[in-house]
Amino acid sequence: MTEVVAAGTATVSSGETFAFWVLGGLCVLGALGMLFSRKAVHSALWIATTMVSLAILYLINAAPFLSMVQIIVYTGAVMMLFLFVLMLIGVDASDSLVETIKGQRLAAVLVGLGFGVLLLTGVGGLAVNQIVGLDAVTEPAGGNIQGIAQLIFGRYVLAFEVTSALLITAAVGAMVYTHRERFVPKPTQRMLSEARFRSSGVPRTPMPSPGVFANHNAVDTPALLPDGSPSVESVPVLFQVEGASRTFTTADGRAITTSFPADGDHADGEGESENR
Amino acid sequence: MNPINYIYLSAVLFSIGAFGVLFRRNAIVVFMCIELMLNASNLAFVSFARINGTLDGQVVAFFVMVVAAAEVVIGLAIIMSIFSVRRSASIDDANLLRS
Repeated sequence: MTEVVAAGTATVSSGETFAFWVLGGLCVLGALGMLFSRKAVHSALWIATTMVSLAILYLINAAPFLSMVQIIVYTGAVMMLFLFVLMLIGVDASDSLVETIKGQRLAAVLVGLGFGVLLLTGVGGLAVNQIVGLDAVTEPAGGNIQGIAQLIFGRYVLAFEVTSALLITAAVGAMVYTHRERFVPKPTQRMLSEARFRSSGVPRTPMPSPGVFANHNAVDTPALLPDGSPSVESVPVLFQVEGASRTFTTADGRAITTSFPADGDHADGEGESENR
Repeated sequence: MNPINYIYLSAVLFSIGAFGVLFRRNAIVVFMCIELMLNASNLAFVSFARINGTLDGQVVAFFVMVVAAAEVVIGLAIIMSIFSVRRSASIDDANLLRS
């Protein structure tokens, strides 16, 4: 790979021209896709396209080390982090179309276009007559990675050391930001049980199980109380549709109708969820 | 092909990123746009390194990547902590300082 890359560092071959137009188009396509996707997850996938294309462009530009770092750090770690946070805060959170500042979108379009034109005309003033190429500096060092290593641990060693402090600070800072203090001790099973027995309104015993009859054994069939009336509490909370009623026949031919009150005072939350 | 085209591509990507920062309302997408701008500047660094025949541009691009990684970690942590308080990732909702 290094031979292929090193062969053309001082000249631009036709193959490189072709690769540039394909990959450059992919880069711009990915960037525009990120810009105009309504959902943040689609934006993340689009920008991953851009980043992979850029990695190949680095490879063409005689930077194999940076190309690998780009793939590992950006498309690997950073995009994974983005997607992780997206999943944490909800994937379907799309942009609101409400303009908080009046005319902000139009202003953004104008400023963006103006900035692009400014940048392009500024770059357009540059003239590159010849490419020096990196062969002259990578050959004595023994390769691209060795050359970068000599610079990092030589001329830029102070910046490299500061980088380590930056990374440590970032890691600690992320932990501090997302750490949440627990102000009350975590309740144990014993504490939960004692609280339940001290409170009123929550049944102390398990809830009655649903009825099982000759014709009906579905879980939404209520059990019969000793006086023959159906017990609403024996039906799991999930099936206690407000206002709904259900009729079933017992073995001796009696038709029994259960209806669930609309106020839902029987649905007492945690107590009945044990039935499910 | 003139290698200045790489710089043109970098300028286009940087402009798209800058436009996205102004245009989008979702804080995470705004962050992606900032990443795009950093990537565009990296492409310029790498191209200039090749044009000028020194490896310093590649080293600087490497440092940009390190700083970008640290920035993403802190930024997403801030977004997470704002989200846990306000239940929203929209940059318009964080207006506590508004009179």
